[in-house]
Amino acid sequence: MPDMGFDVLWKGKNFLRLLGGLGVALKISLISVLISIILGTVLGILWHHNNLFIKAVMRSYLEVIRIMPQLVLLFIVYFGTTRSFGWDLSGETASVIVFSLWGTAEMSDLVRGAIISIPAHQYESAFALGLGKAQVYLYVILPQAIRRLIPLSINLVTRMIKTTSLVLMIGVVEIIKVAQQIIEANRMSSKNAAFGVYLTVFVMYFLACWPISLLARKLEKRWR
Amino acid sequence: MSRVILEISHLHKVFDTNTVIEDLSLTVHEGEVVVIIGPSGCGKSTLLRCINALETIQGGEIKLHGNTVSKNSKDLHEIRQKIGMVFQNYELFPHMTVLDNVMLAPMKAQGRKKSEVREEALALLKRVGLESKADSYPRQLSGGQKQRTAIVRALCMHPEILLFDEVTAALDPQMVREVLEVILDLANAGKTMLVVTHEMQFARAVADRIVFFDDGQIIEQAAPDEFFDHPKTDKAKQFLNTFTFERDRSTTNRA
Repeated sequence: MPDMGFDVLWKGKNFLRLLGGLGVALKISLISVLISIILGTVLGILWHHNNLFIKAVMRSYLEVIRIMPQLVLLFIVYFGTTRSFGWDLSGETASVIVFSLWGTAEMSDLVRGAIISIPAHQYESAFALGLGKAQVYLYVILPQAIRRLIPLSINLVTRMIKTTSLVLMIGVVEIIKVAQQIIEANRMSSKNAAFGVYLTVFVMYFLACWPISLLARKLEKRWR
Repeated sequence: MSRVILEISHLHKVFDTNTVIEDLSLTVHEGEVVVIIGPSGCGKSTLLRCINALETIQGGEIKLHGNTVSKNSKDLHEIRQKIGMVFQNYELFPHMTVLDNVMLAPMKAQGRKKSEVREEALALLKRVGLESKADSYPRQLSGGQKQRTAIVRALCMHPEILLFDEVTAALDPQMVREVLEVILDLANAGKTMLVVTHEMQFARAVADRIVFFDDGQIIEQAAPDEFFDHPKTDKAKQFLNTFTFERDRSTTNRA
């Protein structure tokens, strides 16, 4: 059996350090996800508004954030704004800001899409039955919008978790950075550490995202 | 004659600059089945939509039992509860079972007791042959079954008048009959109905009165036999000819 370099994991606290790195990645993504879901929902509903100014602002926000690679956004916020505006941002805070900006844009688009995807006739047939406005939203529109929204937003969550691997580029010590450090530190004693360590990283990401994907699939099936 | 259920007077409806309904007056009495026919796009569906204020109107008045129906009235949802509407494309709520579709409005809008509503909903579903589908979702039903569910959903509210908006237009021919039979059954039970349809034989069978509608106006109204056998206006004759062309081919004088 070839040396796959798993032995490194059991040296010192390496395995725990990797887990800690995963923790940092999850912390950044989950805080961002929380902010994104709240702000995204608000903006998505605002977008439904007929105000042209709001629409134009939303449109440009969404386009800019979408077109720009997340890495560029990270660099702008972490290296760019800290210099130009002279404020002090930790890598983690900058990451949360960037991922929230991105997540909010994506989420608002999902919310907007979910609401406009409910056909006008659904409102009409509910109103024709004599339901009040609040009842129409509560029993007819929102349940359908949320059903469409949940699989999509869970998908967004897993994408955000995976994309946090970029934050190592601004010096945040998350799971991949820890992996690099471990491999680097053991270059002499165990030359094949890269395979074992990165494989472990892969498994950890997988275990973090897979249950979320499963949940999405299950909900999608149930609410088809 | 029995008491007036619906009274439309001098109704005026404009979309942008396009006048769809012009100075229309129509009265429907209790237990009466009025069938509205006319060419496509003449405003028949719009008229039905005005009656339960899904459209705003630009003039005239619509009264149900003396209560004005208007988009601005505070008790609009209470008036709408008395007007059952069945749409061309069923418009069931896809996230609810057949039974929940039927029970939602009686429970939430009318605040009736669940057990009582459930009993009635099941009885109505049975009446239209859908008792075995109570727990199915709309996507599992055929078009005809969906439309029968939609009719039951409207019926369960105990409406004083039922509006049918081309309810068989989206159906395959073999499913048209099962839906029309339900409506005939309701007519026999004495329900007050306003029916927009393109099924002429059905119109003749179900109607107490035919209203021929064109260009946003009532051109002619009469008892069904009289209207179909002896239409008075040229427009009505022309319209009816479009349906009888095929059937009359052997007897027509056209060389």
